[in-house]
Amino acid sequence: MEHSLRKQEQILSKIANNDGHGENSAFFDGWKAYDTDPYHPTQNPNGVIQMGLAENQLSFDLVEEWVRNNPKASICTAEGASEFKDIAIYQDYHGLPAFRNAVARFMEKVRGNRVRFDPDRIVMSGGATGAQETLAFCLADPGDALLVPTPYYPANDRDLTWRTGVKLVPVVCDSSNDFKMTLSGLEAAYKTAQDSNVKVKGLLLNNPSNPLGTVLDREALTMALRFTNDRNIHLICDEIYSATVFDEPGFISIAEIAQENPNCNTDLIHIVYSLSKDLGFPGFRVGILYSYNDAVVACARKMSSFGLVSTQTQHMLASMLSDEAFVERFLAESAARLGARRGVLCRGLAQMGLGSLRGSAGLYCWMDLRRLLKAATFEAEMELWRVVIHDVRINVSPGASFHCSEPGWFRVCFANMDDDTMRVALNRIAKLVIQSSSNSEAAAARKPCRRRSKLEVSLSFRRLDEIMMSSPHSPMTSPLVRART
Amino acid sequence: MAIKSLEQPAAAVSLSRIAVSDTHGEDSPYFAGWKAYDENPYHESSNPSGVIQMGLAENQVSFDLLEKYLEKNSSDATSSGRASSFKENALFQDYHGLLSFRKAMASFMGQIRGGRAKFDPERIVITAGATAANELLTFILADPGDALLVPTPYYPGFDRDLRWRTGVNIVPIHCNSSNSFEITPAALESAYEDAESRGLRVRGVLITNPSNPLGATVKRAVLEQVLDFASRRNIHLVSDEIYSGSAFSDGEFVSIAEILEGRSDGERERCHIVYSLSKDLGLPGFRVGTIYSYNDAVVTTARRMSSFTLISSQTQQLLASMLSDEEFTAAYIKTNRERLRRRYGMIVEGLGRAGIECLSGNAGLFCWMNLSPLLKEASVEEELGLWNCILHQVRLNISPGVSCHCREPGWFRVCFANMSEHTLQVALARLHDFVETRRSAHHQ
Repeated sequence: MEHSLRKQEQILSKIANNDGHGENSAFFDGWKAYDTDPYHPTQNPNGVIQMGLAENQLSFDLVEEWVRNNPKASICTAEGASEFKDIAIYQDYHGLPAFRNAVARFMEKVRGNRVRFDPDRIVMSGGATGAQETLAFCLADPGDALLVPTPYYPANDRDLTWRTGVKLVPVVCDSSNDFKMTLSGLEAAYKTAQDSNVKVKGLLLNNPSNPLGTVLDREALTMALRFTNDRNIHLICDEIYSATVFDEPGFISIAEIAQENPNCNTDLIHIVYSLSKDLGFPGFRVGILYSYNDAVVACARKMSSFGLVSTQTQHMLASMLSDEAFVERFLAESAARLGARRGVLCRGLAQMGLGSLRGSAGLYCWMDLRRLLKAATFEAEMELWRVVIHDVRINVSPGASFHCSEPGWFRVCFANMDDDTMRVALNRIAKLVIQSSSNSEAAAARKPCRRRSKLEVSLSFRRLDEIMMSSPHSPMTSPLVRART
Repeated sequence: MAIKSLEQPAAAVSLSRIAVSDTHGEDSPYFAGWKAYDENPYHESSNPSGVIQMGLAENQVSFDLLEKYLEKNSSDATSSGRASSFKENALFQDYHGLLSFRKAMASFMGQIRGGRAKFDPERIVITAGATAANELLTFILADPGDALLVPTPYYPGFDRDLRWRTGVNIVPIHCNSSNSFEITPAALESAYEDAESRGLRVRGVLITNPSNPLGATVKRAVLEQVLDFASRRNIHLVSDEIYSGSAFSDGEFVSIAEILEGRSDGERERCHIVYSLSKDLGLPGFRVGTIYSYNDAVVTTARRMSSFTLISSQTQQLLASMLSDEEFTAAYIKTNRERLRRRYGMIVEGLGRAGIECLSGNAGLFCWMNLSPLLKEASVEEELGLWNCILHQVRLNISPGVSCHCREPGWFRVCFANMSEHTLQVALARLHDFVETRRSAHHQ
C-alpha cells in the first residue's frame, strides 16, 4: 500500500499531489455527515439539516413560471427547436451577443441602473470559480500574492492558488469593529508580504461579503480603490451576492465608485460575477468576468476557452434576463423573501440569546456562538462544531474554515430550505442552547439539582417553542430565556 | 470623496507572464485565415464569391437527425414526466456530474466502439469541452517545465491547451509521408531522447486517434507499440478520441480501450481517454467534454479540478436523455458514418480530378491534402505563399501544414463536413481552376 502510494505520487504532478484542492480539511466532516444522513421531514426527521450550503432556493416558483410561459427559450421544446442547430454550432468564445447584452443589462438593473456595463467587456468562465482562477492567472505570477480580508469564502484558497501558484495574504478583520476592513489592516497585510519578499499583485474584495452578510460602504470601497491605485495593484471585486441585498444599507458596486472617481486607473479594476447565488442557478455554471482593462479582457477571453458557458444555457438566459418585467419582479420578490427568511432565523436566534452580525445581504448569517465555547480557542470552536453536527444535527460552517481570527463565529445558511425545515432547525438550536446552559450548571450541581434541571429543560424547551411559533413581534427575550443567560 | 489625481502618470500595470506570452497561439496562420473568412464569408446566394470556410472541423452533415429526435422527444415545459424539475436541475452542481448523463456517455462511447469496449460511468469526469479536458490532464500528469510527446502533424490548439497555463512543453514525435505519417517506435524513442537532451522530463505521450489533421485511424499494431513504449518509459498515455464516432465505418477505429483488454493493471493505470461531443454529434457550443481514466488517483483529482470547468446541468440533462436512447444513437452513429464517408469520397474524387492527391483517410471531418507538387521548393515560405494565394485569390480558408507542425512542407488540412454538398462542389471547382491556371502558367 505504502509503495503504491509513493508510486502514485511519482507519476502525477505536484499540483495533483498537494492539498490545494482543499478537500482534506477537517471541515469536510460536516458535509460527510449530511451526505450520509440527510434530513427529510417525513423519511428522515432526525437527519442532518444542511445549513452549510449557500444556495438561494426561495424564488424558484417565479423562475419556473417564466420557463413554462416561454417555451421558445429552450431549444428542446417544439417552439424553440428551430434554433437548435445555430445554437449548438456556436462556439465563439465571445459568447452569444444576446447573452452578453442580457447579462450586462441584468447587472445594471441589480445596481439600480446607476452604472452601465459594456457587453464587450463581459467574458464567460466556468462559474465564479473559473472567473477567480482566470483572473489570478492573468494578473499574477506563481509566488505573487493577493490580499484578502478575513473571514473569507474557503474555496478562495483553491480557486486562486491551487493551479496558479499564487499566494493569499489575509487582511485580518475582527469583531471589535464588526469585521470592517481598515486601512491599518490593509497596510499591515501589505507589509507582511513585502517583508517576506512576496510581491502583492492585488486586493480581492467580496461585496456583499461571504460569510459576513454585510455590504461595503462608500468609504471602505473608496479606501480600497485608493489603496490599490496608490500601489499600482489590482482591485478585484467579487460581487456574486449583489442581488441578495434585502435591506439598508444597500449595495454599492465598485463600478459606481470607479464612476465617482474619474481620475482613478480603471485598468486595475475587475469584477467577478455569477448567476449561482442571485438567481439560484449553480448548476448552469454561468461565471462572468468583467474588466475595465482591455488587455485583461483579451487575455481572459482566450482563457475562457477552458470554461465557456453552454450555448444552450446562454440562449435560455439571454431570453430570461432580457425580459425586463420578469427581472424587476424577480429581484424585488427575491430580496423580500431573503429578508423575511433571515429575519425569522435571526429573531429565533436572538430569543435564545444568540446574536449574529447585523447584515443586509447574503444567503446566510454570521452567528455569534462565542458564549457557548468552553474556551476562546479554535479547539473549543471545533468541539462545539462537532456537537452541532453530531448531536444537534445541523451542518453549519465554523469560522476557522473562513480563516476568521476569532473563534466562536459560525456561518448559518437559511435560503436553501423551506419554512418548516427552518422551524425544525431553530428548535434544534434552542435545544443546544438549553443543553449548553444546563450542562454548565449541572457540572457544578449535585445529583438532585441535575434532575431538577432536566425538568426545567423540557419545560423551557416547550416554552421557547411556543414563543417561536407565535407572532414574529413577540418580545425578543422571554423571562425564561433571560433566566438562562 | 474623489481620489486626488496622481502626480505622475501611472506606469502601465503589469499582467502575468502567462498573460503576456503568445502561447495562446492566436497569432498563427491557422487563425489568420479565420479573419479573412469573417471579413468576407461565402454565401450561396448573397455572397457567392466570398471565402469558403474549410479550416473549421465542424460536423454539420447530421443535424437533421438531431432535430428529428428533438421533434419526437420535445420536452413540454409543463410535463411532469421529466427526469428532474427545473429547480433540481438548476441547483445540481455536484462535480461528479449527473449519474444519468455519465451512464449515457458511457453507453454512447461503448456503442461507438461497436461494443468492443465497456466504459464505467464512475470513471467519467466531466469538463467543458475537450479543450478543458486536455489542459486539465496536463495539469495532473506533468509539472511546469516537463514535456509531453505529441506526434506531428497535430491539432494546432494543442500548443495552447497543453502548454499555455500549465508551463508544460510539447516535444514532437516526427512522422512523415514515407509511411503515411504513422508513428514508429524509432520516432517515439527519438522524441524521448530529444526531450532528455534538452533537460526536459517526459511525463507522457498524447496521441489523437483518429488523427487530426490526418483524417486516419491509428492501426492496432501501432497502438500496441505506443503503449509498450509508454510502459517501458514509465509514462502516461493520453488518447484523444474526439473523432472516434467519425470513422467512416465500424471496425476501422480501434480504441486504446480495446488494447487495454489484455493488459496488466500497471499498464491500464497509465492510460486516459479524452472525448467530447463537439465533433461526432456536432455540438461544439454545448461544451461537453470528458476524461475517462483507468487510474483512480487521476479520476479523483480530475474530478476536483473539473470544478473550474463543469458542464451546464441543463445540457447534461438534455444529453442524458438523448444518449440513453440507444435506438436513436445506434441509428445516428451509422448514418453519420455513411454521410461522412460519402463526403470524403466527394472531396477526394474532386481533388483527384484536379490532379491533387490526399493521404488515404478513413475518419474525421477533413482530408490531408498534398500540394507539395505545386511548391517551387520544399520550404515553409513556399507553403505559406501558396496558402496565402489560396486564401486571397481562390478564397478558400484551409489550414497549412506548418500550423500543425508538419515537417514536410506542402500539406494542407481541408475540412468538408461544415458545408452543403453544393458549397463543397463550388470549392472543388475553384481549386480545380486554380491548379489548372498554376500548372499552365508553370508550363509556359
